[in-house]
Amino acid sequence: MLLIILRRLGQSVFVLFLVAFVSFMMFRYVGNPVDNLLGQEATVEQREALIEALGLNDPLHTQYLGFVTRALQFDFGNSYRGAQPVADMILERLPATLELALVSALFAMLFGVIAGVYTAIFRNGFSAHLIMSTSLIGVSLPTFLIGVLLIWLFAVELGWLPSFGRGETVQIGFWSTSLLTVSGLKSMVLPAITLGLYQMTLIMRLVRAEMLEILRQDFIRFARARGLPERVVYFGHALKNTLVPVITVAGLQLGSIVAFAIITETVFQWPGVGLMFINAVFFVDIPVMSAYLLLVGTLFVVINLIVDLLYLAIDPRIRDSQLKRQST
Amino acid sequence: MSAKKSLMGRFRESDFLYDFKRSPVTVVSFVIVVMLILLAVFADLVAPTNPFDAGSLNLMNGFTPPMQPNAFTGETFYLGTDDQGRDLLSAIIFGLRVSLFVGLTAVILAMVLGVSLGLIAGYRGGWVDSLIMRAADIQVTFPSILIAMLIFGIARGLLPPHMRDELAITVLIIAIGLSEWVPFARTVRGTTMVEKEKEYVQAARLIGLGSGQIMVRHILPNVLSPVLVIATITLALAIIAEATLSFLGVGAPPTEPSLGTLIRIGQDFLFSGEWWILLFPAATLLALALSVNLLGDWLRDILNPRLK
Repeated sequence: MLLIILRRLGQSVFVLFLVAFVSFMMFRYVGNPVDNLLGQEATVEQREALIEALGLNDPLHTQYLGFVTRALQFDFGNSYRGAQPVADMILERLPATLELALVSALFAMLFGVIAGVYTAIFRNGFSAHLIMSTSLIGVSLPTFLIGVLLIWLFAVELGWLPSFGRGETVQIGFWSTSLLTVSGLKSMVLPAITLGLYQMTLIMRLVRAEMLEILRQDFIRFARARGLPERVVYFGHALKNTLVPVITVAGLQLGSIVAFAIITETVFQWPGVGLMFINAVFFVDIPVMSAYLLLVGTLFVVINLIVDLLYLAIDPRIRDSQLKRQST
Repeated sequence: MSAKKSLMGRFRESDFLYDFKRSPVTVVSFVIVVMLILLAVFADLVAPTNPFDAGSLNLMNGFTPPMQPNAFTGETFYLGTDDQGRDLLSAIIFGLRVSLFVGLTAVILAMVLGVSLGLIAGYRGGWVDSLIMRAADIQVTFPSILIAMLIFGIARGLLPPHMRDELAITVLIIAIGLSEWVPFARTVRGTTMVEKEKEYVQAARLIGLGSGQIMVRHILPNVLSPVLVIATITLALAIIAEATLSFLGVGAPPTEPSLGTLIRIGQDFLFSGEWWILLFPAATLLALALSVNLLGDWLRDILNPRLK
């Protein structure tokens, strides 16, 4: 068991180094750091001096180690545009993205479970059918189109909610939050729905399928035979048993929420790291791209590691199959 | 079934056609996809004007609502015009051409890459197999849209600035193609591992055929039907990926607008009440993506009865 965990850990570390290598190669070769720091009119001597100072003449593995060491100390160099340290830019924008991701994940979880339970209990009702077929269209709609259509309906036609930005923010230490002001909360609604809609339909379908499966089982019939009220049967017995797969899927989806935040942030001009990344791609700002890749790559590797280890802990069958593969 | 019957005759009696006719949703999606493809292919003949021809544009025609004569010139446009007086219907038809072209070529690239790697991994086994499949495992950890964005960004960094817009479409195709190869490789590898143990492959090996020939001539034809299903589903994904990238401004350049670019332009005029510039391209994209998706689902059910 310990061996499996160690092997899984080793695999994650390897992938992390690979991600770091890709971002290092981008940093070092795609953008030309010397040209970008000095400009076109620099003399040959100035160039040589800077190349020496940046350590660009060192052997590749020394440079790579230097890059990783600096990245571990949260030093990603300066942005080509504006010459601001990339680490500062990320720290400044990270709260916006994390708050958006958190709120949309909660939205997806809450409404996904409610809608899933509802459609499972009244599975032949008209509104359940309506919810199911609407969700099919929702899945086929690209994220950006959902955002644009929501803006059209709620910001332009009805004028209820703001269409861009974060609203007013409150500074708590280094963290700027928009969850404590009215305009901040209003600004959160449309982006959070846009980002969470896909996850919501996913969770809804999963909860529905699991509920239908569990409601057929003997212990449910037994609970009803004991004369328990329907509410207790549905929520205390059935829903509780659906939650393990739901939590796993929701956890795995956290990664894609971060990826799709890029799209949502662009649609709503939300000042987070996703918008920063898209601007970096557009203006070929290599240090920002490489730092973003490193950050998001680490996030994905960690999420996958946690999910895999949880599986190992929860399901003995997976553990056994891994052990068997080891012995052969 | 007699072998003498013509190919058409056999097709007319097949389960495939029978199932197709029995599913009205599939027939409708098929008709929509065929119509959109025809529109895109014959764009020059069908479109009322050529939206890329700057000479034919009249700024006075700008912001004409659909089906209403323009206040200055009196011209009428079926779907209205955008800010530069460009006929929206023509822009959509030509945008459809860009979207479909990028989607189809990206899928072909992903398919060729994925099928070859899957064949090699499945047939060779050993460390080649481990290497290819490990790479696939790592790649699917990351959402494909993120990978496509990254490839696009790197390519932009490597290209000199004046070539960035020129080669944008090519870069887009490569970026989307490279981000979607994994499902092809995984499926083909699995089937190849089953097929290579069968007698016909052993017979081919016995008569001394090389492994390349066995892979391409003998195994490949037997692993193609799941590939067709994946290709259709991937086409929908690729069209959406292209539209997303173009919408974000990191895809098709403004000189060759795809449906995504048109939606991006339309978003700017949403607040001033010119809803048609956004909604018509959006509806076209939705119809295309939804129909291809439904066709893919239907194909999967037909060719893979076990999954039903």
